[in-house]
Amino acid sequence: MGIQIVKHGLLSKIIKYCKNTKIFATEGTLLTILIFLATFLSIASQFFLTFENITNLVRHTSIVGVVAIGMTFVIISGGIDLSVGSVLGFSGMTAAILMRDGNNIYIAIIAGILSGTVIGVINGVIIHKGKVPPFIATMGSMIVVRGVIMLISGARMVSGLPREFTNFSQHGFLGVPNLFIVWLSIMFLANFLAKRSLFGRNIHAIGSNVEASRLSGIKIQNNIIKVYAFCAFMASVAGIMMTSRLASGVPTGGDGFELDAIAAAVIGGASLSGAEGTVLGTVLGAFIMAMLRNGGTLMGINPFLLQIAIGSIVVAAVLIDKQKKSKR
Amino acid sequence: MERSVIVRMEQISKSFPGVKALDSVDFSVYPGEVHALVGENGAGKSTLIKILMGALTKDSGAIIIDGQKIDISTPSQAKLYGLGAVYQDVMLAQHLSVGENFFLGKLPITAYRTINWKVIYQEASKVLENLNIKIDPKKIVKDLTAAQQEMVVIAKTLHENARVVIFDEPTALLANEETEELFKLIQKLKEKGVGIVYISHRLEEIFKISDRVTVLKDGKLVNTLNTSQTDENSLISMMVGRSAKDMYSIGHIAKTAEIVLEIKKLSKKDVFENISFKLHKGEILGMFGLVGSGRTDIVRCIFGADAFDSGEIWVRGERAFIKSPLDAISKGIGLLPEDRKKQGLCLNLSVETNINLALYPEITTAGIIHAAKERKTAEAFREKIAIKTPSVSQKVLNLSGGNQQKVVMAKWLSKNSKIFIFDEPTAGVDVGAKAEIYKLFEKLTRDGNSIIMISSYLPEIMGVADRAIVISEGKQTGTLLREEYIGMTNEDEEKFLKLASGLKVS
Repeated sequence: MGIQIVKHGLLSKIIKYCKNTKIFATEGTLLTILIFLATFLSIASQFFLTFENITNLVRHTSIVGVVAIGMTFVIISGGIDLSVGSVLGFSGMTAAILMRDGNNIYIAIIAGILSGTVIGVINGVIIHKGKVPPFIATMGSMIVVRGVIMLISGARMVSGLPREFTNFSQHGFLGVPNLFIVWLSIMFLANFLAKRSLFGRNIHAIGSNVEASRLSGIKIQNNIIKVYAFCAFMASVAGIMMTSRLASGVPTGGDGFELDAIAAAVIGGASLSGAEGTVLGTVLGAFIMAMLRNGGTLMGINPFLLQIAIGSIVVAAVLIDKQKKSKR
Repeated sequence: MERSVIVRMEQISKSFPGVKALDSVDFSVYPGEVHALVGENGAGKSTLIKILMGALTKDSGAIIIDGQKIDISTPSQAKLYGLGAVYQDVMLAQHLSVGENFFLGKLPITAYRTINWKVIYQEASKVLENLNIKIDPKKIVKDLTAAQQEMVVIAKTLHENARVVIFDEPTALLANEETEELFKLIQKLKEKGVGIVYISHRLEEIFKISDRVTVLKDGKLVNTLNTSQTDENSLISMMVGRSAKDMYSIGHIAKTAEIVLEIKKLSKKDVFENISFKLHKGEILGMFGLVGSGRTDIVRCIFGADAFDSGEIWVRGERAFIKSPLDAISKGIGLLPEDRKKQGLCLNLSVETNINLALYPEITTAGIIHAAKERKTAEAFREKIAIKTPSVSQKVLNLSGGNQQKVVMAKWLSKNSKIFIFDEPTAGVDVGAKAEIYKLFEKLTRDGNSIIMISSYLPEIMGVADRAIVISEGKQTGTLLREEYIGMTNEDEEKFLKLASGLKVS
């Protein structure tokens, strides 16, 4: 009884706090949508709420989710990164090849992540020093890196990876998939980084007004390179996660993930004009996207209709968010 | 003025959540008159005008045009009734020609269904000539100066048969001789029987060209009088409850010999050359010049925002090599840019973040910002310089112009800057906030700081600066000491203007 009262008191305090600080308005709405969606799907399909389906869903979302978090930072800084899908594939393939050839698992993982992150640094340098618009620069990397992947893999899957490595993604802790735990840890770190670190503050400032930031003494070059490196780092980690899950290096791995990542961030409240967006929002956005896909497939909806629906929903989500923001 | 009134606004009221913007205001415009509308920011001037132009709908009251009560719910309706406006943001298609802009949305076509360029340019030329505006209608708008663009907007408004033209701070972007051209144009409009509403913070302009003046305060009508029957002091008292003399009278501390900043022969090809001056501790050095004379370029180079070709910068007796804003900031220099929205503030971030923007590296340990120190700094300055905001978490874009300016100042105050460069510090700031900002200048100098103030507004320079240098087309043409303009007379103004135009002053 006592515990009940304590819980109730705490809950109402939390609700009051959320209502007073408009900070969680977007996230609150998203959470509500998510809950409705989950409820609807559990009723609409008997397969949705099964252990198998949920863990599957969570594993896939975790991989896209990690990429989306990196993307969120880039979008906040006022840029965009179309190369994340290729970087994911590149990191995963590099690690796969090294492991297949008998190298130590951990060395392979580090090498994979490093190689992917380097792409991010190159992106940052081209964008800041070369003054090439992020869209163009990263589109170029996207194409180039995919070509590199094809080269090093001979356009073939790379399998024969150590059991311990591939098992990681199949197992979990107390029923919670390992991949999700990785994503969860990244969520907390990234959220802290965005809200409380100097890097996070600089990124928001640059995304809001790069000239005012420069005139206030913020080092634009360092921060731009860092943010693209960070985004590529996230994509690289996701690449390792995917390689473990698929138990092989896949030449087309990550293809199209950039769009899912952008969609997740944007549904989560990020604005392509910069300075808006949160890690929590992106996470919820990623879940909503994944659930739509998963639910649609389970309900046997024509995959093409599903594609049309999902595209429309992404645009609708941004429309609604813009409406709400302009009312304030 | 016994002709019949063109438009009469009666008992107009308008509320927004939490604030009554207009409370039973009356306003009328007669043909051929210039009716000035004055008041502090937030007094209700823009709201009144927006209601007349159909951008907002009134809660109560009536708008009567030619004796008939009408409803204006959209801007296009306002146009149909002959109401036109010239706003500060130039509403022209920058990449099209002047002629095309006249016909935006209704380009005349030939029998072959192609655009009838001949008609476009013929008509445009006619309208421009009629108003004595010497601009080629074939020119692309973005190649025109701000002043010329404004002229085009005025001509366009007339082309749309406006019977009432509203001017909202028209001289904000204009240099002095361009202002004269504008006034000549307004005179022409008067002769044609057009009714003019003139909104401006520059009271001396009101007295130059207006026939009547209406003062609004806190959404209420204070009074409408004939301009000839009032004076600047009375107007200011009606607007804020204080007189004009008070505004510019700030304490000037005795000049010290200590030189905090010395610029030696600073030059930048095709922009400015051989700029040399000294800044004393506790001094307010004014920098006057016509728009485009190069003053902003000079100070941007001093601040490290742009590169210069030759010359030296000495700070507190030591040579300073300033190649980036960070270098200047580390020497204790702060810059409040001319366009504070574009260059001074991150508008959609909070007041707190903007105040700490240059300070973050100092309150960070191991990459993490000390939230408590961040909050403390923001709250301290909010109180110290009276920044009006419901909380420091409020987004800066929601603050008024004057308060936004204070946020930029707080940014440099928090860095313990010793040399402040203000570029047009009171542009777009209302009378009340202006006075506060000047008082802040006084406080800054008393605390041992030094100020360089760029201004195109003579009353401001003459009232506030201890000394003034004048720049004309990139060259330093003269220095005037406080004694030489302390009377703030017309002759004194002429001294400045002559130097600014490159003429010699006896």
